[in-house]
Amino acid sequence: MVRTDESGLRAASAGGGFRPLAEEQLPRLYRLARRLVGEEAEDAVQDALLKAYRSYDRLEDTAAGPAWLTAILVNCCRDRARARARRPEEVELDEVEEFSLFRTIAHEDPFPYSDSLHLDFLQQFGAEDVRAVLAKLPDSYRVPLVLVYCEGYHVKEVAFFLGVPLGTMLARLHRGRKLFERQLWDYADEYGLLKEGARR
Amino acid sequence: MITCAEAVRQLWEYLDGLVDESQREAIEEHLSFCRRCCGEVEFAEELRRFLAEHPEAELPEEARARLIATLDELEKQP
Repeated sequence: MVRTDESGLRAASAGGGFRPLAEEQLPRLYRLARRLVGEEAEDAVQDALLKAYRSYDRLEDTAAGPAWLTAILVNCCRDRARARARRPEEVELDEVEEFSLFRTIAHEDPFPYSDSLHLDFLQQFGAEDVRAVLAKLPDSYRVPLVLVYCEGYHVKEVAFFLGVPLGTMLARLHRGRKLFERQLWDYADEYGLLKEGARR
Repeated sequence: MITCAEAVRQLWEYLDGLVDESQREAIEEHLSFCRRCCGEVEFAEELRRFLAEHPEAELPEEARARLIATLDELEKQP
């Protein structure tokens, strides 16, 4: 569907195009925004609705509406993250490249009486902990990680959302996973999750 | 034949179905005899489930009402 007439925007909403799409997608957009910008999620979704409404007449394929809204939301979230000018902790990527959470858990053996050591490690983390760990990652790594592994988008879709080549996306995912593993371990250490029965 | 380091470096791409046929065969050959790397694969799968299984907060009713009001305002614009 191509909307090129001057009244396209109004026709879109009056004809039931944009509004049903937006209303249907609100819960999913909000959940994604929570992962990307935390407490600013509602504002980010509002930003995305405004931008999407203004450009709905350029959406050629209505079946692509949910992915199109996602791409707009992701960019609104990135704008907000940049505006916050929050500097994530500096990370040494070379050091992280060599890190293996699997081997670290096996070597450090935080739960000596466990017969499912690695699983027990992961079970120490609640939803708030996971959110806090993800928040420690720089946006360029956190956003692809969240979209692919938390939200289930294909890597190619995410490369499209973010406007980067597939090779760049794969490299960011690789480093994002490494950073996430490292931050999981550091967080567990810092918040006392490496003690038998700390959470259970 | 690939080394453990090479296999581990490609494990997530392997699980994501992003390696080509020859890479997939090389990794699976390595996994057929390397118990440690099999442990790495199992843990990578657990980590993927771990990331997917931690849901975010649902859209609160008040926030939904405010966003619906935004849509109402947009429709009123000339």
